[in-house]
Amino acid sequence: MKYKLLGTLVATAAFACVSIANAGTLNEVLKRGHLKCAINTGLPGFAYTDDKGNWTGFDVAYCRALAAAVLGDPNKVKYKNTTGKTRFPTLASGEVDVLSRNTTWTLSRDVDLGFTFLGVSYYDGQGFIGRKSLGVKSAKELDGASVCIQTGTTTELNLADFFRSNNIKYEPVPIETNSEARAGYLAERCDVYTTDASGLAATKSTFKDASKHMVFPEIISKEPLGPLVRQGDDQWADIGRWVLNSLIIAEELNITKANVSAKANGTKNPEVNRLLGTEGSIGKMLGLDPKWAVRAISAHGNYSEIFEKFIGKNTPLGLARGQNALYNKGGILYAPPVR
Amino acid sequence: MARNGEQTQNTGFKLVNLWTDERYRGLIFQFALVLALFIFIAFIVSNTIQNLKTAGLASGYSFIFDTASFDINQRLIEYSSTSTYGRAIIVGGLNTIVVAVLGIFASTIIGFFAGILRLSNNFLISRLVTVYVEFIRNVPVLLQIIFWWVILLALPKVRQSLSIGDSIFLNNRGVRLPSPIFEDGSLFVLAAFVLGIVLSLFIRRWSLKRQEVTGQTLPIGIISIALIAVLPVLVYIIAGQPIEFQAPLRGKFNLRGGLNITPEFVALWLALSTYTAAFISEIVRSGILSVSSGQKEAARALGLKQNITMRKIVLPQALRVIIPPLTSQYLNLTKNSSLAVAIGYQDIVSIGDTVLNQSGQALEMISIFMAFYLTLSLATSAFMNWYNEKIKLVER
Amino acid sequence: MNTTDINYSKTGKSRPPPANTVGLIGWVRTNLFSGLLNTCLTFISCYLLWLIIPPLLDWAIFSADFTGNVGRECTTDGACWAWLDQRIEQFLYGFYPAGSYWRVNLAILLLFPALAYVLFENLPFCNYGRWYSLAYPFLAAFLLVGGFGLEGITTDKFGGFMLNLVAGLSGIIFSLPIGILLALGRRSKLPAVRLLSVTFIEFIRGVPLITLLFVAIIILQLFLPPNVSVDQLVRVMIMITLFASAYMAEVIRGGLQAIPNGQYEAAQAMGLGYWQSMRLIILPQALKISIPGIVNTFIGLFKDTTLVIIIGLFDILGQARVLQTNPDWMGKVDHETYLLAAIFFFVICFSISRYSINLEKRLDTNRD
Repeated sequence: MKYKLLGTLVATAAFACVSIANAGTLNEVLKRGHLKCAINTGLPGFAYTDDKGNWTGFDVAYCRALAAAVLGDPNKVKYKNTTGKTRFPTLASGEVDVLSRNTTWTLSRDVDLGFTFLGVSYYDGQGFIGRKSLGVKSAKELDGASVCIQTGTTTELNLADFFRSNNIKYEPVPIETNSEARAGYLAERCDVYTTDASGLAATKSTFKDASKHMVFPEIISKEPLGPLVRQGDDQWADIGRWVLNSLIIAEELNITKANVSAKANGTKNPEVNRLLGTEGSIGKMLGLDPKWAVRAISAHGNYSEIFEKFIGKNTPLGLARGQNALYNKGGILYAPPVR
Repeated sequence: MARNGEQTQNTGFKLVNLWTDERYRGLIFQFALVLALFIFIAFIVSNTIQNLKTAGLASGYSFIFDTASFDINQRLIEYSSTSTYGRAIIVGGLNTIVVAVLGIFASTIIGFFAGILRLSNNFLISRLVTVYVEFIRNVPVLLQIIFWWVILLALPKVRQSLSIGDSIFLNNRGVRLPSPIFEDGSLFVLAAFVLGIVLSLFIRRWSLKRQEVTGQTLPIGIISIALIAVLPVLVYIIAGQPIEFQAPLRGKFNLRGGLNITPEFVALWLALSTYTAAFISEIVRSGILSVSSGQKEAARALGLKQNITMRKIVLPQALRVIIPPLTSQYLNLTKNSSLAVAIGYQDIVSIGDTVLNQSGQALEMISIFMAFYLTLSLATSAFMNWYNEKIKLVER
Repeated sequence: MNTTDINYSKTGKSRPPPANTVGLIGWVRTNLFSGLLNTCLTFISCYLLWLIIPPLLDWAIFSADFTGNVGRECTTDGACWAWLDQRIEQFLYGFYPAGSYWRVNLAILLLFPALAYVLFENLPFCNYGRWYSLAYPFLAAFLLVGGFGLEGITTDKFGGFMLNLVAGLSGIIFSLPIGILLALGRRSKLPAVRLLSVTFIEFIRGVPLITLLFVAIIILQLFLPPNVSVDQLVRVMIMITLFASAYMAEVIRGGLQAIPNGQYEAAQAMGLGYWQSMRLIILPQALKISIPGIVNTFIGLFKDTTLVIIIGLFDILGQARVLQTNPDWMGKVDHETYLLAAIFFFVICFSISRYSINLEKRLDTNRD
């Protein structure tokens, strides 16, 4: 009798840990009641903790907008911090629903690793940062230098390609995280640090005497950064893609966090109405209710508000919109129409 | 067993005998266990195949022939970003073996000294060693590896390197030594070195036999050192100095040329050595304490000095107790070297992790890891078991 | 014979020993300066101590900064401890919601009676105590994770020192039955059982824990049927348990070997079957002998739980790194955070190892 009780206890405990997932990530997220989002372990501007210990940042804002669109509340997100090496296994294993971690969209990741990219949230490129006292003006003069590089990233491969194609040699200094790179670079363990230009800006913003360091002019690769999901679930990928697009389109249509609820009652602009759900049935097509975009935009505002709040000119990172401005404002940010 | 009057019933084979008869019960149980294991494995394999198919991932080991496209800084053999994944994995494996072997040497030496010092009657020394051992043993090794790396980062920067004679440089990018360039005659020098070792082993054996017969000893240590060190140097001079040493030169950013030993390697080696040495010192101490004090007293009564007693009487007996736990410490050191990934030393786990991420072949890569470490563990255990057999107490 | 030489014969009293062989001076002479080598060693160690201790104390305590809200306010050359009052909870509890800290504290408090009933005998309420110890893991899981009335808290919020404790303790507790089975299996007469046990034990002991953790987060999911997913912390705990059970099996095997053959034979002579003799006679004795070894395995496992930082879980070491990347404290707290984590581990592991040595001495005297 005692052993039977024990046995049932053990069995219940075992089954409590195992969950059977429904087909379809959307249904699973709705059933679960929160979104599981993989983010960086810590990158200033993109993913960091405020003093209450809550995660916030540019990439985190996308997760919150997605959660708001699907579940109605931007706070219904559980974050999983991943390094450069654990991010893909974490997404592939089903542990998270979406990966929003300044990840570059490449062919091998799209095809070979079995993921679907939802679009580009930040057009970036790989660059170098070094001390002005080195006396070099261009990355091509870095023959024989030590370069801090994060392993398991596309930056590692681009670095090898750049130096090989320019016939110069370098000493790689492999590191795991951005904070180690920063420590090594400041201690002069390496002469230059290479990563995406946004990461360089983030790191440079934390230096005491940032003017002694310069970002080299060469951008040696295209790094379109964006969120991604697993292959095989088109409905979920569509939702993720259009939440991202809705933030960009909101900027085009001058919808901001402040005026979105007013505009949700109906405006003279049919495109605004279609997006915010007062006309048409966009929400139903996606499998969400009509106010999905209203909630997404109310989370942190439109794309420019998110950009300026976390990584814009008035933040320590001080990034200019540059390529990331709208297509009609000098950049290449272009979202398909809502129709 | 039949006794007078009792009959042993030969009831024939009943089905219930499968459960009640001990012979059959054992067989049935083993059969059921193996069957259950096969079903379990088949379940896992079929799930894996299906999951891989859904995710669209390939399987198979052919990825090791793909181009790696990344560089490795600390390597023993030739490698470039155009080499294959397979070669990268081999480079990683060699790095692991290098740090494991050097770590085993260093930790044994430090551990033996620490163990003996802890038993010294100098109060300060024994207490200091105790503090060292207790502190190191109770802090996780990962913390210690990171700690050493942070310390080494505080070495002077490359432009202010400490240098010895302008040929050996020390800075926070590593230790740079002159690298040897082997020319034609260098093979003779190598041969002379090997000859010196072989000769000294022969002379040692001959002199021990002579000692058993006549009681006279030869200073074997000095003779061996003379043979091993002096002979190759003589050949080196006679052959016209065939080994050149190329000192590192100051380049624009870095020192060029020469042999570079990265601070990650040094940090890992120091951390692993001091950590394992703390455990080895405890093993050595308990080994020495296990030799009955009668042995030491008898040695003193015979007039033997302290260090001869330690070397010839106590340690050989203590070794029998020390060797078995020593094996498991060596294995632990080899396995702890896998933590190199935390500071960026590219051993097999670190490189394998990169390959895993770039190629997506997780299952195959992890199987390669495990096979590698299992082989290393088995080889180390086999060697230590052979040595243990050699020095075991031969009892009648 | 000169009578002054043998003056004790006159008075019958013996003279006191020479002043430089007793008391403080005598002690110093024999223990610190008793020979040339010893004297040199004493001087060297005094020099080393003088080099290391005063600057260390100065940096850590005397010149350190204990107040402030952000890193910039730590202006002295010494250590910056200003983050302690704000961030100590994150070091201890990770991302666990602050309102629920009482649940963690309660779970830890309830651990001590559970351990006591396992380690000691002849305590009051012994019978109920044993069942309480058995039920403790489920009670603790309920407290930490929630459900049945308590607010549910998902395991990704576990972090800090609490995560190390949960992983280490659950690893040891659940590896005990598996370890016993493996140890018995390795000594079994049935060849298939023995082969399987030996293979499992040698395989697990031959690979580093980090590869097993990689299996936990990357591969274990592939082994499950599609659409079934297991919580990540549970997967990590499963691999840690398997890892610990191999080492536990070796410790228990040593305990089983130390029991004289007479016990096995007497149990058989009394007519007890295999499982009965194990349960009633052999295992209680074997476990009692193995307790020091089990405690040592726990200390090792507890230190190894820091490896979870490599797979992205934020134990106390991970919290140290998180603080180092926080923009408020960046660059100022690198050494201090690691030092705090080291102190935590040292205090706990050292106390447990002292206790285990004590326990060993006490158990030794029981077996005459």
